[in-house]
Amino acid sequence: MTDVQTQVAGDERIKHRSRFREALIRPELGGIIGTILVFAMFLIFAGDSGMFNSQGVLNWGQISAQFMIIAVGACLLMIAGEFDLSVGSMIGFAGMLIAIFSVTLGWPVWMAIIVTFVIALAIGALNGYIVVRTGLPSFIVTLAFLFILRGFAIYLPQTIERKTIIGGVSDAAQGDWLAAVFGGKILTGLFQWLGDNGWIAVFERGTRKGQPVVDGLPMLVVWAIVLVIVGHVILTKTRFGNWIFAAGGDAEAARNSGVPVNRVKILMFMFTAFCATVFAACQVMEFGGAGSDRGLLKEFEAIIAVVIGGALLTGGYGSVIGAALGALIFGVVQQGLFFAGVESSLFRVFLGLILLFAVILNTYIRRIITGER
Amino acid sequence: MTSSQPLIRMQNIEKHFGSVIALAGVSVDIYPGECHCLLGDNGAGKSTFIKTMSGVHKPTKGDILFEGRPMYFADPRDAIAAGIATVHQHLAMIPLMSVSRNFFMGNEPLRKIGPFRFFDHDYANRVTMEEMRKMGINLRGPEQAVGTLSGGERQTVAIARAVHFGAKVLILDEPTSALGVRQTANVLATIDKVRKQGVAVVFITHNVRHALAVGDRFTVLNRGQTLGTAKRGEISAEELQDMMAGGQELATLEGSLGGTV
Repeated sequence: MTDVQTQVAGDERIKHRSRFREALIRPELGGIIGTILVFAMFLIFAGDSGMFNSQGVLNWGQISAQFMIIAVGACLLMIAGEFDLSVGSMIGFAGMLIAIFSVTLGWPVWMAIIVTFVIALAIGALNGYIVVRTGLPSFIVTLAFLFILRGFAIYLPQTIERKTIIGGVSDAAQGDWLAAVFGGKILTGLFQWLGDNGWIAVFERGTRKGQPVVDGLPMLVVWAIVLVIVGHVILTKTRFGNWIFAAGGDAEAARNSGVPVNRVKILMFMFTAFCATVFAACQVMEFGGAGSDRGLLKEFEAIIAVVIGGALLTGGYGSVIGAALGALIFGVVQQGLFFAGVESSLFRVFLGLILLFAVILNTYIRRIITGER
Repeated sequence: MTSSQPLIRMQNIEKHFGSVIALAGVSVDIYPGECHCLLGDNGAGKSTFIKTMSGVHKPTKGDILFEGRPMYFADPRDAIAAGIATVHQHLAMIPLMSVSRNFFMGNEPLRKIGPFRFFDHDYANRVTMEEMRKMGINLRGPEQAVGTLSGGERQTVAIARAVHFGAKVLILDEPTSALGVRQTANVLATIDKVRKQGVAVVFITHNVRHALAVGDRFTVLNRGQTLGTAKRGEISAEELQDMMAGGQELATLEGSLGGTV
């Protein structure tokens, strides 16, 4: 016994652990190891393919950011003990609403976006309300909304415009202040400066000669970073974060201690819907239109990222940083295989293997931390 | 019985569920600093009685006087606010969460930074370690998950939490029934520490040995009625056992089991 000062009586059955091991054993460990492995692998196999120049980084950075945005919502909801399978359909539905409001109805884009957010949050609240009032598994309730919202995402444009893709949002969004929050770019000056100094690639010829190839940080990435930071701080540093853990860990025990479990869960469903709508708005602004099939299977990709990041499927345990790393692994692998020239269908094989590896590792880590058996 | 005035006086409490009479006029006084054992076999009405005391049920008849004033609890929250805390056997702690997060669950200390309020982890961790040390539990750290604690230690954390947040009456619903010998000893020791702080402990059990180990007074419930309250030293284990079982039946049982029950 070296640490006598804390071990007054000491339990002879508690093994002493080193500081290093204590610092290492954390929920994100699986995600950290996975991230290091994935980056090491692609640096070796695709290091000279352009994956790590400015365009390459932007490419997988944007894909990862997409995953991160929905993973943050899915992560907090999962820790609160619930699932949302309607995330993908919500992306398609919300994107379609923005397009219909702004193009078909001719509303200003900012109004279209705000009204869409209000509708999406209301649907999220309805999801949550049904789950907490009926006590049904959220798996079933949100599965219903997976179909309902996808159905509307197809039905509405079909009936109104006789097609399943609505374009022309770009024109409507010209000069719109809120559209820029989702589709714009920031730090363009910094990127120009980087280009001028030869740090990142610039166009060699043509009308944009001298301008950097990557001319700014897309708002999509900014949203991802902000959501991850805000989500992490709320979860680990606030009273509400403690309630999220408690609601998912044991709803009954939490209620006995005065935690408003129902409110927490409903708010988390709303937050998930919010994240899905951010995703949808960014996508609509990027592509200049909405399609009925947008966001297909995104709910599973979000859940996979969250689980790779160390969250427990049954709730009460997890980490937003871990989920973000899971999303990063997801994005890097998906785009990295392309850069490495590997047949793209192998992506799924690879993803399955990572998922399996991460979950086994995470289970092991979690047992050490929580003493579950 | 350090004080002459009872903290809670339950007078002729009756509770009917439809045609079932769960409690048929039970009177019990609880004094500060005493450990009042509530004994009874399954179905005797122990649970109904403590639920009435903690605000879950409203009595059909009878009065509850809390610190001398009549009290009407609309729900358990009222009772908790008044200082009546119940520690349930299983529904107290969340194993996946750390001890300090559990300790302050629902009562998170906050620290203001600019316009935001954050969970004050430093304060929470410090207080948790302190309170646990007082109860004789040496945590590896406040971040240790409750799941790594033994059943007895979890009960102790739950009791320490209730006391820290100002419980005047602590209702322990069969805290020892699922525990081993050493863990039971730990919980009983905790009850003793809490009692010495002036908290009234209502200890529900059907184990006479556990009751006699820490109890100051003993009330036996049988078929919704009390068979009276006895002081420590006035009653033996056999008598208590007899009263719980309703006398008659156990006498015949005892013959066949050779007095081992």
